[in-house]
Amino acid sequence: MDEAFLQTFLISLKLASLTTIILFCVGIPIAWFLTYSSFRLKVVLQAFVSMPLVLPPSVLGFYLLLAFSQNYWFGNFLNHYFNIQLAFSFLGILIGSIIFNVPFMVNSVQTGFSNLPVSLKDASYTLGKSRLTTILRVLLPNIKPALLTGVCLTFAHTIGEFGLVLMIGGNIPGKTRVASLAVYDEVQALNFDIANKYAMFLFLFSFVILIFIYSLNREYLKWKRF
Amino acid sequence: MEEILIELHLNKKFHTNNGVEKLDVHLKIPKYGLITLFGKSGVGKTTILRIIAGLTRPDSGFIKVGDELWYDTAKNINKKPQQRNIGFVFQDYALFPNMTVKEHLLYASPQKETWYISELLDVFHLKGLCNRKPDKLSGGQQQRLAVARALARKPQILLLDEPLSALDSDMRHDLQNEIVQAHKNFHATTLLVSHDINEVTKLSDFVYVIGNGKIQKQGKPCDVFDNTTIQPDIQLVGLILAIENNILTVSVNNNITKILSTPDEIENLKINNKILITAKAINPTISKLTDDENH
Repeated sequence: MDEAFLQTFLISLKLASLTTIILFCVGIPIAWFLTYSSFRLKVVLQAFVSMPLVLPPSVLGFYLLLAFSQNYWFGNFLNHYFNIQLAFSFLGILIGSIIFNVPFMVNSVQTGFSNLPVSLKDASYTLGKSRLTTILRVLLPNIKPALLTGVCLTFAHTIGEFGLVLMIGGNIPGKTRVASLAVYDEVQALNFDIANKYAMFLFLFSFVILIFIYSLNREYLKWKRF
Repeated sequence: MEEILIELHLNKKFHTNNGVEKLDVHLKIPKYGLITLFGKSGVGKTTILRIIAGLTRPDSGFIKVGDELWYDTAKNINKKPQQRNIGFVFQDYALFPNMTVKEHLLYASPQKETWYISELLDVFHLKGLCNRKPDKLSGGQQQRLAVARALARKPQILLLDEPLSALDSDMRHDLQNEIVQAHKNFHATTLLVSHDINEVTKLSDFVYVIGNGKIQKQGKPCDVFDNTTIQPDIQLVGLILAIENNILTVSVNNNITKILSTPDEIENLKINNKILITAKAINPTISKLTDDENH
């Protein structure tokens, strides 16, 4: 039983870590674009980014499941040419949770960027520095708290994700079964002790992450800016 | 005839508090000159600087620096800010909170020459503050760092956007001298935006007065400001507190004064009216109050 418990948690942590790492790399360019670009259809992209916040996870899970299914062209294409099956696999729930967590990363980083005076970016450009150098040396170092908030929120939210992982992953032990699904599963099987173990761990974990974020934000407010 | 470094002609619609304004200016800036753009706030002075720097795009026109075209609508040329050899001092200084004084200069200097950086630190009195970040600097020190950082790239053109507006008068005085000194030492053609007549007259060789989106006047500051802007009379605004016979009791700048006036003047006046008092500036009594200002 302990081994199953450990295994489930390792899958949860692996899913959350990979989601966070990948989103960190993808989210910063998107957030940069949403903050500084004057692209006309930006608002459409912004809406897309925020969709997962309002959409029931089951809806997103449903469409992703259809997309991943071999009965449709995308899933069929992946299976046929790359021999990849996304439905009911770890890779599938990873892709799902990346898409589902986009707003948590992007919105946090975007808030960080838009709180910086635009003149910082302009000043760096007038010093002859490229866009990339400006992002790496000037913008990102000055929004560290926002980056950390994005990372923590994404990580914590992935750990707590339920509906989407259930729809795409199908709760397969050792493969796609994560801690949040295990709680539900053990309750169904009337194993309240084990369910409580999972639940308590998730509860404490989320609590600690939030305390971390809020204490960071307090530091952030103290941090003198101009 | 002095050599012209920058010639530009710009058209740009821009938004202000009073709605959309149209900017249409033609400037010629001599090499090594210290030129000011003077005008009320919101007339587009900052916009002109930003257009020269490549941070804002004009609707049409051209910018020619030496033999190079930086911008030309007709030829579809628009150099990026990075490709224009300028230094820009922003009104809010735009210092990087994550960098120390020295890191600012190292970041800005392409060759990272130690002797040049230490010269900048020297000239701008920043030597002892090398390891401080901007939030540990005073307003004046921040301003000096902003100018030093702009010069670290050895720019052809230095653009200063109201760099002294946030400082008190003592500090302004010191830093005005430093800007003049820096201009001499570092040979950058300098374009300064200001709405302070004293500053313009003190610092610059040549001034463009901008209003209603156009250049209204240009010339040496003393010529430009001589006739209309500089009044032959002293004018004061006062508030009438009492009227007795032909004597007005008026509050001017929180001082109460009695003024003898003629019956025609008094006819339409009432208590609490605001009035303009004009006196000839011939032979007034002058006495020194402080060592503060510098004219």
